[in-house]
Amino acid sequence: MRFRLPRGDTILKIVLVAAAVFIIAIVVGLAIELYLGSAQSIRTFGFSFLAGTKWLPTQNVLSALPFIYGTLLTSAIAIVIGFPISLGVAVFISEKLKSHQNFGYALGTVVDLLAAVPSVIYGLWGVFVLIPILRDYVEVPLHKSLGFIPLFSGNPFGYDFFTAGVILAIMIIPTMSAVTRDVLSVVPNSQREAMYSLGATDWEVTQKSVLPYARSGIFGAFVLGLGRAFGETMAVTMVIGNIPNITTNLFSAGATLSSLIANEFGESSGVYQSAVIEIGLILFFVALLVNFLARFLLWRMTRGTRVKN
Amino acid sequence: MKNSTLPTGISLWRKILNKLMTVLIIVTVVLAVIPLLLILGDVFIRGAPAISIGFLTKLPTAPNVPGGGIANAIVGSFTMVGIASLISVPIGVGAGIYFSEWSSSKLSTVSGFMNDVLTGFPSIVLGLFVFVVIVLTTKQFSAFAAGVALSLVMLPIIARTTSESLKLVPTTLREASLALGIPRWKTVLRIVINTGKNGLLTGILLAVARATGETAPILLTASTSVYFAKSIFQPTASLTVLIYNYGTSASRIWQTQAWGAALVLILIMLGLNLLVKFTVGRHLSGSRVET
Amino acid sequence: MSDDKNVDLSEVKLATKDLKARFGKLQVLKGINLTFPENKVTAIMGPSGCGKTTLIRCLNRIHELTPNAKVEGEVILDGVNIYSPQVDPVTIRRRIGMVFQKANPFPTMSIYDNAVAGLKLAGVRNKELLDSMAEKSLRMAFLWDEVKNDLKKSGTNLSGGQQQRLCIARALAVEPEIILMDEPCSALDPIATAKIEESIASLKKDFTIVIVTHNLQQAARVSDYTAFMYLGQLMEFGSTKDIFERPKNPLTEKYITGEFG
Repeated sequence: MRFRLPRGDTILKIVLVAAAVFIIAIVVGLAIELYLGSAQSIRTFGFSFLAGTKWLPTQNVLSALPFIYGTLLTSAIAIVIGFPISLGVAVFISEKLKSHQNFGYALGTVVDLLAAVPSVIYGLWGVFVLIPILRDYVEVPLHKSLGFIPLFSGNPFGYDFFTAGVILAIMIIPTMSAVTRDVLSVVPNSQREAMYSLGATDWEVTQKSVLPYARSGIFGAFVLGLGRAFGETMAVTMVIGNIPNITTNLFSAGATLSSLIANEFGESSGVYQSAVIEIGLILFFVALLVNFLARFLLWRMTRGTRVKN
Repeated sequence: MKNSTLPTGISLWRKILNKLMTVLIIVTVVLAVIPLLLILGDVFIRGAPAISIGFLTKLPTAPNVPGGGIANAIVGSFTMVGIASLISVPIGVGAGIYFSEWSSSKLSTVSGFMNDVLTGFPSIVLGLFVFVVIVLTTKQFSAFAAGVALSLVMLPIIARTTSESLKLVPTTLREASLALGIPRWKTVLRIVINTGKNGLLTGILLAVARATGETAPILLTASTSVYFAKSIFQPTASLTVLIYNYGTSASRIWQTQAWGAALVLILIMLGLNLLVKFTVGRHLSGSRVET
Repeated sequence: MSDDKNVDLSEVKLATKDLKARFGKLQVLKGINLTFPENKVTAIMGPSGCGKTTLIRCLNRIHELTPNAKVEGEVILDGVNIYSPQVDPVTIRRRIGMVFQKANPFPTMSIYDNAVAGLKLAGVRNKELLDSMAEKSLRMAFLWDEVKNDLKKSGTNLSGGQQQRLCIARALAVEPEIILMDEPCSALDPIATAKIEESIASLKKDFTIVIVTHNLQQAARVSDYTAFMYLGQLMEFGSTKDIFERPKNPLTEKYITGEFG
């Protein structure tokens, strides 16, 4: 008698395999569709799309650089502000709250709650609360006192790169601190104890044994945060002013890849729409790259190219 | 051997630095927590005045006419998330089961990796994708398209959490079931899933919460409307897009309503997140899904 | 219950006085009175769970770093109780060094940097001084010849035994007065073990050594004095010769002859 697998097994496997394949198909399909949609724009503008600095729809002069710049600049501001704060929170929960696990868990939950707030609400709050505060208490004073520095040279209206960067910072803190927390918890206690027994203070133990050991993972958290910042749309759109601009002035209005798409996707003209889709394609690749990098770094930390015994 | 060359004791600078860093670290914690308190506080304070039964049950009015409501937006959001769940839950759970039960296959590795990449992908790109594929071809904004776009946001989350919860089910359970002669498909569907169902539910709830708060994908696919949608193939209003439109408008009334809508949205989201914490508590807190 | 008739009190470097320790509600050490003679090797042995590791970790104030850990009683170094509030644990931990059960070199540092890690902490910046201390401590740990040409290589590229000797060198570099060793050879093969035991024999000229071991033969080989512990209490203490040949406590005798443990 021939042995046959139960029909149920075969059916189940087919269904599940289909689901798994679907996921691959989505990612591949994403790339293909975006490419097809941008084809007209790529044909028309070629490489100057990436290098030119003007975005003038009415004159058919279109290039992505101002938006790439905006994405990079706002993300950089977000990282500069958000990364140290995330690191501090993670170190606090992981190193200082060892004897108070419950408080640590509660604090972690509170910070994670920040991640649950929808982007559009961040934007709303940004427009009505943050912009006035930043403009009056940070930007105007900085402009008055340090306005000779190119960074602060513009007349601050509040809808600018700086505000967008601050909002992004708040938004990426939960992700970065959560991942960093996980990464720090993997550092073996024997490392800390080895440093303590050489006669080190609490901070020195953190600085010289915990953080170096976890540096791969911390960098992974950093890149992950960067990735989040690159892709953020609504909160940025609502506070950045949406005027394509390449300038070192932090208090100038600007635009990002994602804010452009949100504002202009509905344009009906063929080439223009294709150009917007090409912007989406660029964002797709940037996000992909950053995602790969972050996962690789975190994989390195957990699989450990570390202690070899 | 007596100490000859080394400084004895610990230098004052090291002590000061230690204290200083402790203070700095506490400062960062305060800085991280304050925005949350401010935002939630503002949403409640500025949104509460807008809330009323009428607000929740009426349709929007013209920009400066008082008395409008967000009823269609609430219904619209539920509709879109509902459609998204119908699509993403079966596929996501299916993929998750495959990742867990056939974890050694090459398809599992590749698909799992793609899934990780898709998690936390910029949702506007997902929205743009659906915009190109559905909206442009049908020349129609629709709740259906938004549902598809949101399902792309939810899918990787559900697949990931399903896979992780099922992996926690002890192998011995599977082996015992198979040894009793129960076919694999029954083992997986009845026994494994039953044991892991808490985690599954959590993942689905997390994904639903995420989708409810999304704006960009809906903006690009369902646009908005001032009416209740008569079918899922028409432009449809949603809470998040409404907040965006009203919040960036010049109308004072609409701005207040934006805060009101924000409050409603926050309450829905907090409710969903609390549900998650209560169904599972600590053990799945590792599934921080934006990573 | 300590038996220290054969220890001249003026030679005592370190002593515990009614030392108690617990984890939360679990009382691990129930009042230990022990003396550690200067420039001698004292072994602490006993069956699993007797508290010997906890005891040694109390001696350099590492035990209290574990959440919910508490210490009562005194540990007296050169006449001063290291647990008194005026004493900074950071300075104590430099004077009392520790080598752990599983070698734990810092993986992100080179061999050289591992060896001088403690010196850099203490604020030593002078390159010549660091170089000479590195060489000195690596020699004392019997590791210098094997690594002298590879000092910049990572600390984790060494074998298990070499890593442990690196950890010994690291502890030696800060010129402690006492070295605590918590089963330093338990993860090593016999050849690596022999090398470390060899280094212990030469180290005791300059340091006071306390070694926790579950290996009776090792205790007999390297130590001058032995303490036997059971269930958180000190059962017997004396010169190694006396403990092994003429144990006074029946439990000690049972342990030595292998009836339990």
